Amino acid sequence: MRCRKCGTNAVINMRHHKLSLCAEHYEEWVLAQTDRAIEKYKMFTRDERVLVAVSGGKDSLSLWDVLLRLGYQADGLYIGLGINEPLPYSDVSLEKTRAFLSSVIVRSEATKQSPSSDLEIASQKTLAMTHTPTLHVYDIPQTYGKTIPEIARAKMRGQGRPCAACGLTKRYVMNRLALEKGYAVLATGHNLDDEIAVLFQNTLRWQTGYLARQAPVLPASREGLVKKVKPFCRFYERESATYALVRGIEYIYDECPHAVGNLTNFYKTLLNRLETESPGAKLSYYLEFLRARGEGAFEQFNKVEELHACELCGQPTSAPGRCAFCRMWDISAIVQPLHRPLGQV
Amino acid sequence: MQITYRDKKYELKANITARDAIKKIGLDPESVLVVVNGKLVTDDVVLREGGEVKLVAVVSGGM
Repeated sequence: MRCRKCGTNAVINMRHHKLSLCAEHYEEWVLAQTDRAIEKYKMFTRDERVLVAVSGGKDSLSLWDVLLRLGYQADGLYIGLGINEPLPYSDVSLEKTRAFLSSVIVRSEATKQSPSSDLEIASQKTLAMTHTPTLHVYDIPQTYGKTIPEIARAKMRGQGRPCAACGLTKRYVMNRLALEKGYAVLATGHNLDDEIAVLFQNTLRWQTGYLARQAPVLPASREGLVKKVKPFCRFYERESATYALVRGIEYIYDECPHAVGNLTNFYKTLLNRLETESPGAKLSYYLEFLRARGEGAFEQFNKVEELHACELCGQPTSAPGRCAFCRMWDISAIVQPLHRPLGQV
Repeated sequence: MQITYRDKKYELKANITARDAIKKIGLDPESVLVVVNGKLVTDDVVLREGGEVKLVAVVSGGM
């Protein structure tokens, strides 16, 4: 298949867009589409500091790469979960994240001095980063004395899988660190396949409350909550993977050992089968959902929860007294006055 | 012709498209990318004998 723009060998055929592109024009397309999504959904501006949640995976590293190339002030947050059995998953993912940051800085310096392609010459201002990125590393075992699997077992949370404990911890740390370090917005690498797997699950169970709240942007609806955005929400997972390969981004290929056989992957498999038979089905499912949501289809299910500040950490919670994070990690056992920065004991 | 996917090797007859090879292995074309001799290609490429073919799982890792 040939690139629609220049006729050279294509690296990707996007049937749903009826578009095949070579490596160079695919990169250009990803950058343009991301910028368009950021603008369309009013995610953030170039004057605002963005914190990208990075895990060492293809989506988050690709997102960070794209945002830097587009000239956004994007820093990374890596949360060490201590998942190193049976494979050194957390150790490898941190290694990949650090290696990515080093390569981005080196590549940026090289581009400033001698752009190597017409694409780079034409848009040197954009591709040469204007922001020197920082990587914040927050290690859960080091801070709280237990890994995620250990705390899940200790608290019997998640029926043998640490996913519930993992999700609670990551969301808490991302939100709180983003606010404490003065970021305007938290960006995650969720792609369209991630979004429709959740959408599919919520539809199967008619979780109308969740359907009402699923969107590319979660606004900072109250004090203590940071605005959350998903700039990659319209990219298929294979598009994100293609970008990573084309850019030479080394990411962790292994799945989290606790994710193997999970429902989300099963739903993704089903939806990919649908896409194979009916190109564009996945994109249509998501975009039509957003359109229906925008027209108020789920408004009646959007219940505003009563939130108050956790009596220990001050983060918003619907539970009385302490929030779920402070309860799970037994924060009462550590002296931690309200508003003390996260991680300081 | 040998095709590698997640460290497993599959033997298939050459001179079929990557898309057909993917389906023969029991995978979905939407779930993998095709790398031939180190280069990313589209799945309409015909796989010849002697080339190094690797299928990269699209679902991987963390976020």
